[in-house]
Amino acid sequence: MRILIQVVLATVLALAAISGAKAQDADLRDLINGLAVGGYSETEEQIAALAATGDPAVVPVLEALAEGDVYARKSDRMVFIAEKVGSTYTLTDPLTGETVDEVASGAIDKIKVNNRLRRAIRTALGALTLMSPDAGTRRAAAEAIFQSGDPDAIELIDAAIEQEQNPSIAKLMREARAAAVLNSDLSDEEKVAAIEVIKTRSGRDSLSLLIPLTEVEGPVGAAATAAVSAIEGELAMWDAAQNVWYGLSLGSVLLLAAIGLAITFGVMGVINMAHGEMVMIGAYTTFVVQEIIRSNAPWLFDSSLFIAIPLAFLVAGAVGVAIERGVIRFLYGRPLETLLATWGISLILQQAVRTIFGPTNQQVGTPSWMSGSFEIGLLQITYNRLAIIVFALIVFFLLMAFLKRTPFGLQMRAVTQNRQMASAMGIRTPWVDAMTFGLGSGIAGMAGVALSQIDNVSPNLGQSYIIDSFMVVVFGGVGNLWGTLVGAFTLGIANKFLEPYAGAVLGKILVLVFIILFIQKRPRGLFALRGRAIEA
Amino acid sequence: MVMDRGMVRRTVLAATLGAGVALGNMMPAAAQDDTIKVGILHSLSGTMAISETTLKDVMLMLIEEQNKKGGLLGKQLEAVVVDPASDWPLFAEKARELISQDKVAVVFGCWTSVSRKSVLPVFEELNSLLFYPVQYEGEESQRNIFYTGAAPNQQAIPAVDYLMDAEGVERWVLAGTDYVYPRTTNKILEAYLKAKGVAEEDIMINYTPFGHSDWQTIVSDIKAFGSAGKKTAVVSTINGDANVPFYKELGNQGIKAEDIPVVAFSVGEEELAGIDTGPLVGHLAAWNYFQSVEDPANEEFIATWKEFTGNPDRVTNDPMEAHVIGFNMWVKAVEKAGTTDPDAVIDAMIGVTVPNLTGGYSAMMPNHHITKPVLIGEIQDDGQFEVVWETPGLVPGDEWSDYLPDSKDLISDWRAPMSCGNFNVATGKCGGKGT
Repeated sequence: MRILIQVVLATVLALAAISGAKAQDADLRDLINGLAVGGYSETEEQIAALAATGDPAVVPVLEALAEGDVYARKSDRMVFIAEKVGSTYTLTDPLTGETVDEVASGAIDKIKVNNRLRRAIRTALGALTLMSPDAGTRRAAAEAIFQSGDPDAIELIDAAIEQEQNPSIAKLMREARAAAVLNSDLSDEEKVAAIEVIKTRSGRDSLSLLIPLTEVEGPVGAAATAAVSAIEGELAMWDAAQNVWYGLSLGSVLLLAAIGLAITFGVMGVINMAHGEMVMIGAYTTFVVQEIIRSNAPWLFDSSLFIAIPLAFLVAGAVGVAIERGVIRFLYGRPLETLLATWGISLILQQAVRTIFGPTNQQVGTPSWMSGSFEIGLLQITYNRLAIIVFALIVFFLLMAFLKRTPFGLQMRAVTQNRQMASAMGIRTPWVDAMTFGLGSGIAGMAGVALSQIDNVSPNLGQSYIIDSFMVVVFGGVGNLWGTLVGAFTLGIANKFLEPYAGAVLGKILVLVFIILFIQKRPRGLFALRGRAIEA
Repeated sequence: MVMDRGMVRRTVLAATLGAGVALGNMMPAAAQDDTIKVGILHSLSGTMAISETTLKDVMLMLIEEQNKKGGLLGKQLEAVVVDPASDWPLFAEKARELISQDKVAVVFGCWTSVSRKSVLPVFEELNSLLFYPVQYEGEESQRNIFYTGAAPNQQAIPAVDYLMDAEGVERWVLAGTDYVYPRTTNKILEAYLKAKGVAEEDIMINYTPFGHSDWQTIVSDIKAFGSAGKKTAVVSTINGDANVPFYKELGNQGIKAEDIPVVAFSVGEEELAGIDTGPLVGHLAAWNYFQSVEDPANEEFIATWKEFTGNPDRVTNDPMEAHVIGFNMWVKAVEKAGTTDPDAVIDAMIGVTVPNLTGGYSAMMPNHHITKPVLIGEIQDDGQFEVVWETPGLVPGDEWSDYLPDSKDLISDWRAPMSCGNFNVATGKCGGKGT
């Protein structure tokens, strides 16, 4: 997107350079050089002056300024767009786009920007790019004017609306115009009409425009008050939908974290305190995969997670098998000792990762297709959360299918239901135990890949999920995968409906209390396993 | 003699242990005369390792550098590193071990306030020195402790002032992790904002548990709170681990710094190392030091640090600078006193002035806090901060906040006649509130 804008701007710039008179360019150059004079407020005035020229030639320098790429050469205080290449900076003329010079970092001063300047630049760019041939740029420009509500832009917008072909951008422009009208000193009739336009937009940013107006006397205040209550009514409805969405999203995280435990603890009955560390190992596998991709094959970055998923399964699964063979198999039937031993293993794994990778967070990048969000009505849905929900459900159903439809799944169920009988039928029970534990751990590792997208990748990653995982498995019913699914989503949604009223801390406590009471009533959880397996 | 295998193992074990104990006992005895021991009490495992390990490393570097310069009082310095494992009671045990067993002359350590509160009685009882390098909530001044991090008036209050004046903020979200530092800081800030005429309904306070990772609801609450037509800002006292998911969610929900800026008191270069800062450009942090500050002393420190760690990507941060200042102050005070005797050093500390890394000087004041510049930085897309504002001069640390009714009458002065950490100017007596 940005590249597209830049290309378009470069074209605009080239055209301007050909047609523009030399004298005008010299004036512009002086204005641009003025950016380096004085502090933030002087720079802000200069940005306004540049915007006032209405010349699209100043767009690149303003964009570069917002990015922090504009520097002043110390020797002659000329202002350039600079790009760091190796240890030196390449200076580009802001008007012609020609490379002028290559200097060391000591020879130039950065023109600093702060939030206020970024806002000023955004407003200026909005006014300058309203007529851009690129639809995306026009949309962004209209949005920028809506945010700033700059009354000076009304004439520009009127002209832009006339020409606009795209109906959705035209609507956005009318809304931007309305926002500008509300900040202007136009007549009350105009303002009331503007309020009606903004009312149709709904959403939070309309509210923030209208709420201050409710205190105005006369027809404007009345119209604003009516519009605010209409928008608030609509928002309240969407808020409920949003809570459900957040709940589903939290539930999917819980499901991912718990699903591996549902195998090791739920099916095998091993109280595995090192479960969280399997999640962590999965997250670190993602980190290593991304590091390798970054240095060797950067074009693969967007698919790094798909590469990491099977690898995380294998690495965490292998560690799981090693733990089962090395420690847990000696402790079957002794839950207390298993608990202590796996707790010890969890500490060892944490410290091992800390020694290898260091104690600080590692940066796991988000592929571009997982960044950002889209909106359904007033409900904002972020791509990464959506991806995690889908991923959690895929993992869940694959696991179900694996247990129900494959020979190994059959053997696994046979061993956990009646070990002696399974053994008598010729199943190698120790091997099945190891593989089952490996499967549970491997799934935890896959969860780690997903969690690396929303949480810290640090040695402590696993600890924050271990309690929640046990909670979900116990609540859903030990030994039942469907229970884990329903349990995770129930707890997620309950938590998210409580949070706005009770706060995050109290919300969590209430959920815990609820689970304790629930377990008193139904000790075997939501979906209790029936039959001899429980008694065995 | 016939032994079974188990017995052999036990014997070997016992012998090794015996040798170890003997060695452990002999080493200090031999070393005692020609070295001065410096205790380092930072968690190297557990939740806090993420922040504290770096401080251990920086102490080791400082000690090595000092030894290269010829040590102190003609003796070499020797670091004694212990690991309190992010376990608060263990901090007290390890502090006791450092002071009474290892006979260290001084201890540099702690990060969380609760760990400091846990070791405080130990330092008082055994009369030793602790340098505490982290910004904290104030409301404390103790004879054996030197606070080289920021007090609330050296971080929180100037940050709020900046937002009010430069950004015109009128509506405030105070978001924090649920423990003593955010709660006290927010109490002070709330009182301060109200004194500045901010209405009750324009302040939203929100607490989250440690390590909170699901920020969806809170971020959308902040968005809703910010849509009342007044410029809104978030003042974040969210603790280390929870920050990464918080900032990721801000980026995802598209909250831009130009619209709702977040100013953080616990987010530094180290915390940002784990995030893609592209969407966060312009969010703020208030500290007394940033790695990006252009100053020869800072550049030298960064170069030494990168060389010491052997990693050109390692970053520096504010608590590291606090340790640099604290260590240099201690060295100077010991030289002034001519001994490492705690009482002499504690008296010599007050008034000691050393250069900080941002081009100024820090002085130890009678209340055991130091003077610092306050810097406001904006996050850049390379994970560094760019200073957008700084206090014109140095700000002396104010341990007892002037904005809390309980502590506004208290002052602290550890110089000879008064020698009191909580002198009440209203009643004229030592021993108001607190320790």
